[in-house]
Amino acid sequence: MRSLLRYLVKHYPLVLFLLLETASLSMVVSYNSYQRITFLNSANRVTGSFYNTFSSVRDYFSLSKVNKQLAEENGRLRSLLDLPAERDDFEDIFADSGRYNFLYRYTPAKVINNSVNKPFNYITLNKGREHGIKPDQGIISASGVVGVVIKVSNSYSVGLSLLNSQWSISAMLKKNSYFGSLVWNGPDYRIASLREIPLHVSISIGDTVVTSGFSSIFPEGIMIGTIADFSRPGGDNYYSIDILLSTDFKNLSYVDIVENSDKDEIEELERISGNDS
Amino acid sequence: MIHNYVKYTLMFVFLVIVQILILNQVQFSGYINPYMYVLFILLLPVTAPPWLVILASFLIGIVIDVFSNSMGIHAAASVFAGYLRPVVIRFISSHDEEYNEYPGLLQNKFSWFLLYTSIIVLIHHAVLFFLEVFSFADFLITFFRLLLSSIFSVFIIVLSQFIIFRK
Repeated sequence: MRSLLRYLVKHYPLVLFLLLETASLSMVVSYNSYQRITFLNSANRVTGSFYNTFSSVRDYFSLSKVNKQLAEENGRLRSLLDLPAERDDFEDIFADSGRYNFLYRYTPAKVINNSVNKPFNYITLNKGREHGIKPDQGIISASGVVGVVIKVSNSYSVGLSLLNSQWSISAMLKKNSYFGSLVWNGPDYRIASLREIPLHVSISIGDTVVTSGFSSIFPEGIMIGTIADFSRPGGDNYYSIDILLSTDFKNLSYVDIVENSDKDEIEELERISGNDS
Repeated sequence: MIHNYVKYTLMFVFLVIVQILILNQVQFSGYINPYMYVLFILLLPVTAPPWLVILASFLIGIVIDVFSNSMGIHAAASVFAGYLRPVVIRFISSHDEEYNEYPGLLQNKFSWFLLYTSIIVLIHHAVLFFLEVFSFADFLITFFRLLLSSIFSVFIIVLSQFIIFRK
């Protein structure tokens, strides 16, 4: 016992090294297991407010770009509305809108931290629980799908970026509604791959890919990207398709968080029917 | 002694801020991400006891981890580099040369500092990048990333020695 102690004291750098290395590695492992995502730190108060302060400085440099993006989106929305110059039947419009059951609620948020060069990329937003944000709500930008919220603190939230190989979303071809799953395996932040599109479907370069709306995270028809390249791997029944993402992840500043107000009901229903079968 | 503590604390804070606010935001073609904070481990006094070097390495690693959502990865890489640092110094220094207390570029030969930086940065980045992907699949891609990033980190570290923390 004493000689063991003497050995340990003599070689204390090795002991200290092994101790700290084990501590770090156990952190890596417990963090990597998807269930313990609670290790995500940037949602916590200190780092969240730190990044927020920094991003408020950085914002000044991108003001003109953001203005341009907002103006473009305004134009796009106005064209969707297609309001005639003079319209006096406002009553009708309000009556109409009252009849619809609004399924999706959008909360604008600002991106305060983001990365594109890791195998697992995360995105931090400046809206949290007190703004009604909950885990599993989708994140979209004016140009397309961005990610999904996974962890929420009082005033910040952290989401999985689409650029995260731990996550996939249900995507479909806009022209013929065949659907598959979209995953990102790096390293290029502009390219993701679409799987499970059977070989008999005719596709061509430039085809638009949108969300399918099956997952109840995103509304149907949100832009994902366009087909950049595809091939037929030998011995496989599915295409291998490269998608050029429409969202520029390197240049995100403002996003919308999507809440599906019927999500709980849909999931409850699916759970019940799943139990029966 | 007190002077040293103040100096290294300032260096710590400076390098962490540069790393998370500037270098982590700079990304080239999805491959390269320089990690300049290794400079802190490099510049600790040669005569510092091993436990202090290991502990200081762990500290800067964990702080970088907290700010980049990568619990434990940077800490593991830094502790590894900090533990091997005395071995590397012994390995690349000849006996007849006298040790300089501060292992900077000014205080040593350029070739010595370049070799010292390259070895430590390679050790650090190797652990970092393989822990980050957590598999040896796509070994070559990871290796390529780690090599490119190492070259870039070494470049930035050597360059910074002409400007800051010279003494």
